[in-house]
Amino acid sequence: MRWGELIKRLVLVPPTLLGVAVIVFVLLRVVPGDPIAMMIPPGASEADIGRLRALYGLDQPILQQFVTWLGQVASGDFGRSISVRQSVLELLLARLPATIELALLATMVAVLLGVLAALVGILLRGRRAEWVVDGGIAMLLAIPDFLWALILLLLFGVLVPLLPISGRIDPQIDLSLRSNFYLIESVLTGRFDIAFALLHHMILPALALALPFAALVARLLKASLAEAEDQDYAQIARARGYSRPNILLHEVFPNALIPTVSLGGVQVTLLLGGTVLVERIFSYEGIGNMAIDAVINRDFPLIQGLVLTFAVLFIVLNLVVDAVVTMLDPRLRHG
Amino acid sequence: MADIALISVAAPPRLRAGLKRGGLRLWIGAALVALLVLSALFAPVLAPHDPLAQDLMSAQLPPAWMTGGDPAYLLGTDSLGRCVLSRLINSARTAVMVALIAATLAAAIGVALGLFAGSFGGWVDQSISRLIDVWMAFPPVLLSIVLAAVIGAGLTSVIAAIVVVDWTRFARVIRAETMVQLTRDYAAAAQVIGLSRARLLRLEILPNLVPLLVTLLAVEMGIAILVEVILSFVGISVAGDTPTWGSMIAEGRQIVYQAPWIMALPIVCIITSVIGLNLFGDGLRLALDPVQRS
Repeated sequence: MRWGELIKRLVLVPPTLLGVAVIVFVLLRVVPGDPIAMMIPPGASEADIGRLRALYGLDQPILQQFVTWLGQVASGDFGRSISVRQSVLELLLARLPATIELALLATMVAVLLGVLAALVGILLRGRRAEWVVDGGIAMLLAIPDFLWALILLLLFGVLVPLLPISGRIDPQIDLSLRSNFYLIESVLTGRFDIAFALLHHMILPALALALPFAALVARLLKASLAEAEDQDYAQIARARGYSRPNILLHEVFPNALIPTVSLGGVQVTLLLGGTVLVERIFSYEGIGNMAIDAVINRDFPLIQGLVLTFAVLFIVLNLVVDAVVTMLDPRLRHG
Repeated sequence: MADIALISVAAPPRLRAGLKRGGLRLWIGAALVALLVLSALFAPVLAPHDPLAQDLMSAQLPPAWMTGGDPAYLLGTDSLGRCVLSRLINSARTAVMVALIAATLAAAIGVALGLFAGSFGGWVDQSISRLIDVWMAFPPVLLSIVLAAVIGAGLTSVIAAIVVVDWTRFARVIRAETMVQLTRDYAAAAQVIGLSRARLLRLEILPNLVPLLVTLLAVEMGIAILVEVILSFVGISVAGDTPTWGSMIAEGRQIVYQAPWIMALPIVCIITSVIGLNLFGDGLRLALDPVQRS
C-alpha cells in the first residue's frame, strides 16, 4: 500500500460510513419491534403513545427520519437514548474509553505472547518439540474469545479464585479522575494503586481477547520467520559465524515482521468485535456491553450511534495498519 | 550451509507425517461430529429426563460422581432442578439444526454471488465486491445480535441472522478461487471446445471448488453453532423454554460460585463440537484435494 493509495482509501471512508448508516437505519425500522412499547407503562392511552412517538420522531416517514438524523450526526448530535434517557454522545464518550483501554491491553498482551511463541517455535524448528508449539497454536486459534472468557472465568475466578470476574473496578475505590481513560490517566499521574486495581479486573477479559489473536500472530510470524531464515542473507550471516539467535533477532525478525503486521493487523478488528461479548461476560462497563442492552431494549438512537462508532473504529484501525505497513516496508515507502 | 542440507533431507518424512496426521484428524473429527449428530437425532431416546421437568426438591445437585450427587441425575441439576444431561442433549438438537440449515443457506448465497463476481468480472464483480466491503465494515457479532433482536425470537431469526452475516465468507473465497481456476489450462480448453459460460461453471469450475467448499462448510457450521450460543447467551435466540447451550451458560453464570458445573458442562459440549467440525473439515480437505493427495 503506497501513500497515494492510502489517500484514496481515506476518500472512500465517508461513503462506506454512509452505507453502514443507511443499512442500520433501514434495518431497524423495516422490521417489527417497537421501542415505544418497551418504555410505556401498561394502560397508557393512545394519545400518550402518539406523543412519545412524535417526541422521538418515530411518526415521520423513514426517509425524513434518516435525513433529520444524518443532519444531527453531522453536527455532532447523536440524539437521545430511549432506554437510558441520556444523550447518546455522552453515553458513548463515557463508555468508549473503557473499551479502548481493554482492546489496547489485549493487543499488547497478544503481541507479546504471540512473538514469544513464534520465537520459541522457530528455535525448535525441525525438532519434535516444534509439534507441541504448533499444536498449542492451533488449539488457541480454534476456540474463540468468548469461550476463552468463560473458561478463564471458571478457572481463575471460581475454581482458583485469584481474580475478580465482574466490573471495571471495585465500586468502593474513590477514583476522582478527570478523564474516563482510568488506566491511562492513573498510570500517567502515578496513582499506581488505582492502576493495579484496574488491571486486576482487566486481566481476565484482556487475556480472553488476547489468546486467539496471540495464536494468529504466532502462526503468521513463525511462518514468515521460517521463510526469511531460508533466504540467502540469513545463510550468509550463518556462514560468517553469527549465532542463530543473533541472526534471528537482528536479521530475520525485522523482515518477517512486515507480512505479520499486514496480515495480522487486519484481524485486530476481530479482537475489537470480540469486546462485545467478553465485556458482557465480565460485566465490564464498555460500549460492547452497552450495545447488547441497547439491542434488547430496541433503543434505536443508541444502536445507531454504537454501530457507527464500531464502524469508525474498524475503518480507522484498517487505515492505521496500512500506514504502519507502509512505514515498515522500505519498498513501499519509496515506491 | 549445513542447515540447508538438513532441511531438504528432513522435508519428505515430515510431509508423510503431515499426511498421516491429516488422516487421524479426519477420523477424530468424524467421530466427534457423529457423536454430536447422533445425540441430536436421538435426543428424545437418549435423554434420561424431560429437559423441562422441574424438581425443586433436588435443585443444584452436583454431577453424580461428586459428593452430594444423585445417580439419577448423572450430570447434576440446575437451579430449577432440571436434569443437566437431558438439557445438554436437547440443546445439541437446536445447535445441529441451526448449523446445518444456516451453513447451507449461507453457502448457497455466497457461492452463487462468488461465482458471478469471479466469472463475469467488470461491473458485476465491482458491485458485488463493494457490497462485501460494506458488509465487512460491521462487527459480525454485533450485526447478528441486532438482526436476531429486530427479527424477533425464534429459530428462523437465528438462522436468518447467521446467513445474512456470513454469506460474505463464502462469496469472498469462491470469487477468488473462481478467478484462479478460470486461468487454468483446463478452463481455457473447455472454452475452446465451445462450452457456454453456465456449463463451464457447472461442469468444470464447480467440481474443482468442492474441496474448498467442504472445508468452508464445516468451519461455517462451527461458526453457526457459536453464533447460536452467543445469541442464546445474550437471551435473544429461541423461545425461553427450549434448552440451548447458550442459555444454560447464561443461567450458570448467575450461580457460578455455587454451581460451577452448570456453566462448565455446556462449554465442554461447545468446544468438543467446534473442534470436531474443524478437524473434520481439515481432514476432508486433505482427503479430497487431488493436489495435496499426490
